[in-house]
Amino acid sequence: MLGFIIRRLGEAIIVTLGVTVITFTLLHLLPGSLARDVVGPRASPQAIAQFTHQNGLDKPVYVQYWLFLDKLLHGNLGYSYQYNRTVDSLLASELPRDLVLGGLALIFSVLIAIPVGIAQAVRRNGPLDYAGTGISFLLYSMPQYAIALLLIQFLSITFHVFPAEAPQSSSALGMLAHPSGLVLPVAALTLVTFAQFSRYMRSSAIDTLAQDYIRTARAKGLSERLVLWRHLLRNSLIAVVTLVGLSIPLVITGTLIIEQVFNYPGAGLEYLQASISNDYEVMLGITVLVGVVTVLGNLVADIGYAILDPRIRY
Amino acid sequence: MPSSIPESGTESASAETVDRAQVDVDVLPEGGQVVATGNPWVVVARTFAQNKLAIVGVGVVVLVTLFSFFGPVFHPTDQLNPNLVSVNMAPGGGHLLGTDSEGFDILGRLMKGGQSSIEVGLVVGVIATLLGLIYGAISGFFGGALDGVMMRVVDVGYAIPVVFLFIFMAQVFKPSLTLLIVLLVAVSWLIPARLVRGETLSLRTREYVQAVKVMGGRPPRIILRHIIPNTIGTIMVTVTFQIANAILTLAVLQYLGFGLPPSTPTWGSMLSDGTTYLQDGYWWEVYPALIMIVLTVVAFNFIGDALQDAFDVRLQER
Repeated sequence: MLGFIIRRLGEAIIVTLGVTVITFTLLHLLPGSLARDVVGPRASPQAIAQFTHQNGLDKPVYVQYWLFLDKLLHGNLGYSYQYNRTVDSLLASELPRDLVLGGLALIFSVLIAIPVGIAQAVRRNGPLDYAGTGISFLLYSMPQYAIALLLIQFLSITFHVFPAEAPQSSSALGMLAHPSGLVLPVAALTLVTFAQFSRYMRSSAIDTLAQDYIRTARAKGLSERLVLWRHLLRNSLIAVVTLVGLSIPLVITGTLIIEQVFNYPGAGLEYLQASISNDYEVMLGITVLVGVVTVLGNLVADIGYAILDPRIRY
Repeated sequence: MPSSIPESGTESASAETVDRAQVDVDVLPEGGQVVATGNPWVVVARTFAQNKLAIVGVGVVVLVTLFSFFGPVFHPTDQLNPNLVSVNMAPGGGHLLGTDSEGFDILGRLMKGGQSSIEVGLVVGVIATLLGLIYGAISGFFGGALDGVMMRVVDVGYAIPVVFLFIFMAQVFKPSLTLLIVLLVAVSWLIPARLVRGETLSLRTREYVQAVKVMGGRPPRIILRHIIPNTIGTIMVTVTFQIANAILTLAVLQYLGFGLPPSTPTWGSMLSDGTTYLQDGYWWEVYPALIMIVLTVVAFNFIGDALQDAFDVRLQER
C-alpha cells in the first residue's frame, strides 16, 4: 500500500511539472513581448529593456522556466498588471466565494445522485429508471449555460421567485447571507454535475448488485431493505470518493460558466475578465492552480479508493 | 438500455417469463451442440437494432443532417448579408421562425449552423479517435518505460483545464473554425488514447498476438493487423461520444467568447447571441438553436450508449 501511495505521489508530481511546462510554453506563445504588453506600446526602448531585464526575460529559456517554477513553488502565481495586485491576493478573495458555489453544488448533487442512482439500479429498466436516464441525458446534452438560462427564464423572468444575479458580496459569508441570490447559481451547477453523477452512481450500483456479497446477503435471508442499506448503499459510497475526486475539472469548468451567467464574483469570472483585458499572468496563474487542483483530486480519489476498498491490494 | 437484458434482481418470475422460458427450452441445442452465432457484425447489429432509443437516435441524426445540408435547397435564405430592416422579427410572415438581431432568417440560419456544427463534430470525433487509437495502441503494446512516459503525457493533458486553455488561445490567435478544430482535437484524443491503451494491455497477452510474435511479426504489423481491429467496438463507441462532446464544447466555447466570424454561424453562436435578448422575450432567437443542439447531442449519446451495449458480449443476445 505504501509503495502504491509513493508511486502515485511521484506520478502526481511529474504530471504537475508537466502542467507547469505547458503553461510556461503558453506564456511564450504570446505574440509580441510581455514587456511591450505590460509597459505599453509607447514605452521607450530603455523602459522595455529595463522591464525585460528585471523580469529575467533576457535569460535563456530554461533559466526562465526555472525562475517561473521557483516562483510557483513559493506560492507566487504571478502579477496582475490590470489591478496592480498579485494573483495570490486576487485569488485569496475569490476562492472562498468559489468554494461556496462549488462546494454547495457538489454536496447537493452527491446527496441527490446517490439515492437516484441506486433507485435506478434497483428498479432497472423500470419507469423510474427510464425517467432518470432521460433526465440525466437531457441535462448532460445541454450546453451548461443553457441549463442556467432556462432556470433564469422560468424562475426569474416568467415567475419572479429568485433574482437572476448572484449576491455581489466581497466575502464568502456575505454570499451566504443572501441565500435567495445563491439559489439559481447553485441549482444550475448542481444540475450540471448531477447529470454525470447519477449516471455514474447508477452503473456503479448495478455493478455492486451483481457482486457475490449481495447474493450471499440475500441468500442468508436478509430483508431486501437491509441488503440495500447495509450492503449496497455502504459499498456504493466508496464510488462517491472516486466521483468527487474525478469531478473536480467538471465542477471548475461548470463554475466558470455559471459565474459568467449569474455574474457570480469568483475566480472563473476573474479569468474571463482577465481574458478580455489581456491580463495573461492572471489567466495562467488560475490555469496552473486549476491544473494542480485537478491532479490533487485524482490523487485523493485513487488513494482514497485504495484505502476504502479492502479488496484492492498493491 | 435494451429491454431484452435479463433482470438481475430477485423479482419472482411472472407467468409471462415462465412461458417464454419454456419456449426457449424447445429451441435450445442438445447437449454438446454448438449454437450458431453467425457473423459477429450481425450479432452487434441485431443487438443494436433492439434498442429503441438507438433507432430514435439514428433517425434524429439522419433528419438533422438532411435538414442542415438539403434544407437550404427548399428554403434558400441569405445568410451572408445582414438585413437591418427586418431585425428581431417574431415568427410568421415570410420568416417561419422569425429573424435574429442582424435580420437573418432563423430557420435558414439553423440549417447553416447545423452544417458547421455537424462538420466540426464529425471531423473532431474521427481525427481525435484515430490519433488516440494509434497513441494508445503503441503505448499499451510496448508497455514499460515508454508506456509510463506516454501515459504521463495523457495525464498532463487531462489536468489542463480545457475551457481555460481555449479562451487563452482565442486571445492569442485569431479565432477560426480551423483553430477551433485543431484545439478540440488536441484535447479530445486523450479519452480514446486511455481506453485503447487499456484494451491493448489485455489484447497483447492473447494467444494469437503471441503467435504472430513467435512467427516473427514486427510490432507495426501486430498493432495494425491484430490489435487495432480488435478494438473496433471501443473505437465506434468513442467516435460517437466524441461527436456529441465536440458539438457541445463548441456551443459552450462560443458562449464564453470564442467568437467565429458571422459568416460561419453555428448553433452555439446562435444560442449565445440569442441569450442577449432573453429578457426582451425574443424566445425564437434562443430555443430553436437550443433544441437543435440538445436533439443532436442526445441522439449521438443514445447511439453511443446502444453501441456500447451492442459490443458488450455479456449483453448480446445469442
